[in-house]
Amino acid sequence: MTEFGGDAEAMYREHILDHYKHPRNFGVLEGADIDHREDNPLCGDDIRMMLKLDGDGRVADVRFHGRGCAISQASASMLTERAKGLTLEAIKGLQRDDLLQMLGITVSPVRLKCAILSLVVLRDGVELYEKSHAPG
Amino acid sequence: MSFDVERVRKDFPILDRMVKGRRLVYLDSAATTQKPTPVLEAMARYYARSNANVHRSIHTLGEEATEAYVGAHETVARFIGARGLEEIVFTKNCTEAINTVAYAWGLTNLERGDEVVVTRMEHHANFVPWQQIARAKGATLRIAPLDAEGRVDLEAYGALLGRRTKIVAFTGMSNVLGTITPAREMIRMAHDAGAVALVDGAQSVPHTKTDVRALDADFLAFSGHKMLGPTGIGVLYGKMDLLERMPPFQFGGEMIRRVEDENSSWNDLPWKFEAGTPMIAEAIGLAAAVDYLNGLGMDNVREHEERLVAKAYAALAAVPGVTLYGPKPGPERGGVVAFNVEGAHAHDLASLFDDAGIAVRAGHHCAQPLMRELDVPSAARASFYVYNTEAEVEALASAVARAREVLA
Repeated sequence: MTEFGGDAEAMYREHILDHYKHPRNFGVLEGADIDHREDNPLCGDDIRMMLKLDGDGRVADVRFHGRGCAISQASASMLTERAKGLTLEAIKGLQRDDLLQMLGITVSPVRLKCAILSLVVLRDGVELYEKSHAPG
Repeated sequence: MSFDVERVRKDFPILDRMVKGRRLVYLDSAATTQKPTPVLEAMARYYARSNANVHRSIHTLGEEATEAYVGAHETVARFIGARGLEEIVFTKNCTEAINTVAYAWGLTNLERGDEVVVTRMEHHANFVPWQQIARAKGATLRIAPLDAEGRVDLEAYGALLGRRTKIVAFTGMSNVLGTITPAREMIRMAHDAGAVALVDGAQSVPHTKTDVRALDADFLAFSGHKMLGPTGIGVLYGKMDLLERMPPFQFGGEMIRRVEDENSSWNDLPWKFEAGTPMIAEAIGLAAAVDYLNGLGMDNVREHEERLVAKAYAALAAVPGVTLYGPKPGPERGGVVAFNVEGAHAHDLASLFDDAGIAVRAGHHCAQPLMRELDVPSAARASFYVYNTEAEVEALASAVARAREVLA
């Protein structure tokens, strides 16, 4: 059988496959304060992020739902672990490189959009929430 | 002459290339094909010896360039059985050829209440132009459905046709399902309803013998780069009387006869539709590609691909968890195999295959209306051409099995 053995096999390292096959915080969060979904029609990756906030405005609970490639789903799973306990300000401060660091791989330009979709959904969800809750 | 794939492969220098330490296995010819040495040499020779602008240069180089450029139209006309070079318009690609008809024919012939018929398996290039022109003119886009095997449901297609139908546009071969459509029958049905018919030949012309007069096609569009030629050139075939009655699509130099302050008149066919300095080197490269295919024989090309697709279909079907799309191998099936592996996204498959030097396509294949119908966000696709071997098909099947172990 073909052994791949190169960059791609490295890309599918154990912890990425682990998050892909056993996603953390996967499901629907009832009564979420923030519930936002976006997809990438070009490749069919689809991510929905749901957050519940506590009295201090920190993330008390988080879930994601969706389907897509291993990179997109693993990155969403890792991002939910990271988001728990953060303020909305801190979430808005999360950068592409933070996500890539969590994934621990270099991503080709074509696959970058898979890797960062979850972050885009999360940040857009927070921004929409803040707009609709802006004073005045 | 019997078809010798090993001899064919020697004409394609890129096939010697190593990718990630493995010999390239190129299974993405439905996206673009590799180029044989005669095509590369024809283009290099033109630039090295004859480069000049065409049509009006009164010097030796200009005359050589013009002769080669005009000759390329004649070569293509013969290849598809057109009546002459007047019916062969060179465009940027297949997409521009279809847009030429959508704009030049559609804007002048479609009216409010008219209907345009396409099929569920169209590439975006033969879907979106009609959707948008129909909207602009207040016409309605009707979509012929497919049967369970991924063939056009001819009864339902027939039921869509009526006196409101002005044009039918459908693919000669699906770039996802590999379905070869019954073009002759579909065109006859369109004509019986009083409509004209356009065939998107991007996937069919490179792989099967095409005769526009036997088909009685009104328009046929295809691309050079999917048939061993260079990028940057496509072809629009149109029946002469239809092209005569159509206004130009683009305006400028080359397509003009007389220009006055208020009015202009147009050049003869096909030049009326070729505004500006055309793709001269690309036309020469395309003509060399046609010569090369003629040398192989289109019947041999088709037979070779039929063998490969039958082998691929059987080998992939034997891997657990693999779903294959489109009709079973046979006369209705071209050299394309789209598939999914349970638990694995197509992009992940393509990334893993790349490490084995295997190039396949993954995604929606510019056919979102079809992918929605299949209810899959994406699929991997292997596609074959004259230089592919049975050993490469085996390498693909082995890689699919391995990828399933990694991902699922």
